[in-house]
Amino acid sequence: MSKIELKHIDKFYGDNHVLRDINLTIEDGDFMTLLGPSGCGKTTTLRVVSGLEKPQNGIMTIDGVEMINAETAYYAEPSKRGLNLVFQSYALWPHMTVRENISFGLKIQKLPKEEIEKRLQESLRMMRIQEYIDRYPNELSGGQQQRVAIARAVASNPKLLLLDEPLSNLDARLRIDMRSELQRIHHELGTTVIYVTHDQTEALTMSTKIALFKAGELSQVATPLELYMNPIDLQAADFIGNPRINLLEGTAEMKGGDLHVTSELGDYVFPGSDMTDEPIPEGVFPCVLGVRPEQVQITTQSVEDSLAVKVYANQFAGSETLVSLRAGESDFLSKQIGLTSYDMDQTVYIHIPHEKINIYNAESTRLIKRAY
Amino acid sequence: MKEKRGRRPFNKTRLKNQVLNVVKNPFNIIVAITLVVLFCLIVIPLLQMIASTFTAARDDIKRIGGQVGDFTLYYWKYLLVGKLSGATLWGPLKNSLVCGFFTVLVSVPLGSILAWLVVRSDLPGKKLIGMLVVIPYMIPSWCKALCWLAVFRNKTSGSLGFLAGMGIPIPDWLAYGPVAIVLCMSLHYYAFSYIHVSSALRSINSELEEMGDICGANQLQILKSITLPLVMPSILSAVVMTLSKSIGTYGVAANLGSRIGYFTLATKMKTFINGGPQAVGFAMSLVLIALAALIIFANQRIVGVRKSYATIGGKGGRSTEMHLGKAKGPLMAFIVVFLFFAMVAPMFVLIMETFQVTTGNGYGLSNLTLYNWIGTLDEAQVYTSMEGIFRNKEFGNAVFNTIRLTAIGSIITAICGQFLGYIATRGRGKWYGNLTEQLVFIPYLMSGVAFSSMYVAMFNRPRLGGLIPALYGTFTLIVLTSVVKHFPFASRSGQANMMQIAVELEEAAEINGASFFQKLRKIVLPLAKNGFISGFMLTFISIAKELDLIIIMMDKHTQTMSYLAFTYSQEGYNQMADAISVCVLLFILVCYIIANRFGADIGKAW
Repeated sequence: MSKIELKHIDKFYGDNHVLRDINLTIEDGDFMTLLGPSGCGKTTTLRVVSGLEKPQNGIMTIDGVEMINAETAYYAEPSKRGLNLVFQSYALWPHMTVRENISFGLKIQKLPKEEIEKRLQESLRMMRIQEYIDRYPNELSGGQQQRVAIARAVASNPKLLLLDEPLSNLDARLRIDMRSELQRIHHELGTTVIYVTHDQTEALTMSTKIALFKAGELSQVATPLELYMNPIDLQAADFIGNPRINLLEGTAEMKGGDLHVTSELGDYVFPGSDMTDEPIPEGVFPCVLGVRPEQVQITTQSVEDSLAVKVYANQFAGSETLVSLRAGESDFLSKQIGLTSYDMDQTVYIHIPHEKINIYNAESTRLIKRAY
Repeated sequence: MKEKRGRRPFNKTRLKNQVLNVVKNPFNIIVAITLVVLFCLIVIPLLQMIASTFTAARDDIKRIGGQVGDFTLYYWKYLLVGKLSGATLWGPLKNSLVCGFFTVLVSVPLGSILAWLVVRSDLPGKKLIGMLVVIPYMIPSWCKALCWLAVFRNKTSGSLGFLAGMGIPIPDWLAYGPVAIVLCMSLHYYAFSYIHVSSALRSINSELEEMGDICGANQLQILKSITLPLVMPSILSAVVMTLSKSIGTYGVAANLGSRIGYFTLATKMKTFINGGPQAVGFAMSLVLIALAALIIFANQRIVGVRKSYATIGGKGGRSTEMHLGKAKGPLMAFIVVFLFFAMVAPMFVLIMETFQVTTGNGYGLSNLTLYNWIGTLDEAQVYTSMEGIFRNKEFGNAVFNTIRLTAIGSIITAICGQFLGYIATRGRGKWYGNLTEQLVFIPYLMSGVAFSSMYVAMFNRPRLGGLIPALYGTFTLIVLTSVVKHFPFASRSGQANMMQIAVELEEAAEINGASFFQKLRKIVLPLAKNGFISGFMLTFISIAKELDLIIIMMDKHTQTMSYLAFTYSQEGYNQMADAISVCVLLFILVCYIIANRFGADIGKAW
């Protein structure tokens, strides 16, 4: 259990600036996910925290104790930081059995035999792999190896557990099982967890907080709900959510404390209380409307506050149906739960709750109107 | 955003921590020591040798004048423009180049065609053939020279060989000199081309060829415009390696050339190093090194990075065989005849000669004897005044030396190789990793004789005020030379070995609190074990058959079996020489069988 603070972390590989002034606070007990496309610096951040990489600038503290101070070239050794790491490749030692793999670190700490055995059994039980104790890693399936890797990491009772894309080598079904498994572990141990992934579903389902990375910089740190509801810029909005958010062009203007927006979806007026702190340009300016597909409600009859649009295509996908719609020159998607079917080119009526729409400044790409 | 790594003001704590960071990590210390040692063992000797070609030596003062240690251009003038330079440099250089050129001309096409037949065609018995054709590579090249002599020897060297004994007149130009040298070396180095090209062919996905088929190309067109261009880089590198190796080869050229006064650069160089002026020999050795470096770098420029695709993409995929059709019969016959004449017949003659009283006198019972193996002095024949090799003290001594040298040398080499491989792989892309790789590569550029002459130049008297003792004539120097010369190979096998151990395995141990040495002992060593053993065995074999490398340093006390066989052959004790080389062959064969048990691949040996 610990609180981690990263301050002004910079990391270079040669001339390549891979981490740019990272500032991040991870509260005690958080399940913090570092999310972003590949090459955005999330794994590097994890390795900086673990001590496997040394940043050129910045300070890191764990529970107030300085672990990194680039100013004085002080870097605490990985083993002195009270953490453990689960590698993407699992990194199980192939010449050791499950028992030896898990007890390796404990033996190095010179713990008494009974204590080692107790912790070994405890972590095996938690990961439900007791029966594989004397197997070698290559005698286990991918999912079982994954469990051993996690068991090895938790056996050392780390205050901080680091996970580097641990589920990326598993098949889809196992991944869902392991997600709930990881949530249980976080709950049972109460340790702080830092989890790296490029999979937004993993991030949204497990985390208490998500740090969204973009090209070596932190773009947003928020709870999963907040990140989903109010992505801070267009790139974040585009990255989070499946199917992707609908982004429609429009124009906006501040008039009398309210934001007036015009687009092919019609005219909207948003109260000033929904606005973010972003600066608003004078006069009429181009904006982008962000509408989640599930917020687009479809009816076949015209109702109040609805807009007539044409059906472009209709994709049935089991529990849900994705309907492509056309309003004027703009295409957008609606997600309908259950079995619905429309004909191509059929005219339907849509309704979008005002408060669920995000508005972005097209020029700065930043969020100017929040959804709630 | 902050400025990138701007100069920070001086800070005591920072400096202290920076020093601690470096010193507290044993890896850094090991890297530092390794670099210093490599520098001392490779760079300094090379510089020393260059320096000694410009420094007047004590023995040559009469000719040069001035003081010992004075700067002089005498040696280079002697070599390059002197009255004798035609006989010392240009003649031997021309001979070396001619031998190298024709060896390439014979061995590379031969090896490549065999490789294609074994890998891609539907030749019957491919597996067996594939095994048989690499056997010549296990046999030291100087053994082949002895085989050649056993078959073709004529009156010029006193006793007759197999053919001359049957009454077939053998002219000198066939028995000795360039023709003999080229054929002997070709029969050795074709296996080298075979190994290179066949591994390239294996890595080509046959779908590439099938696509050609679908596009309507016939077999010949496919071969010409798809297969050949794809393996061209490895053929070229086989050309380069064969050329640079054959130019520097000593054993074959000395056995087959010296008798009729045919000298190559390598053999001429040895006469200078042993007979003086030594510095002229060193200068010749520098010429050899420059030549080899030139060839190898030329290759890198020509082949370059873009065209090295044949080695990439290990996805062999499916491999469909090419049908040979009517050509199958003649090709099969060719291979059988080739293997018979290249391997079976000479070996038979060589082995039989060890049982003969008079060579070239047929295999009648009256001419057969065990004398050469176990004879006593009482039974000594007219021609020899020695006991059979198994009673011969010299031979016993040589066996002991061989085992001592190979065992000690290969253990040290293999251990160093793993360390060097570890540093090179973990430091890949960092300055110390690259530097290690480059330093280790230098001995690769030098032929055996050139390399050992460098060490002779370095250790023929104490250096650094006695800190480095004069090792010339000692067994230690021979071991040291063998070890360093095999660094490139050992380190490459170490690298391959360390590449298999993912860095994460070490990092995981680090995070679990293992110190550097715990990490090494509990994770790296157990995982590197198998690769280590196979690397060790291959080095072992390579040192066991070595002659060129150590010939300059050998004397009666330190001589190995290879050297003894060579001297006996030079002195005309042909049957004895043959008997010893049979022993060497057996020794290597046994080692190879053991090595194979550990999964060593002879294709990876040099």
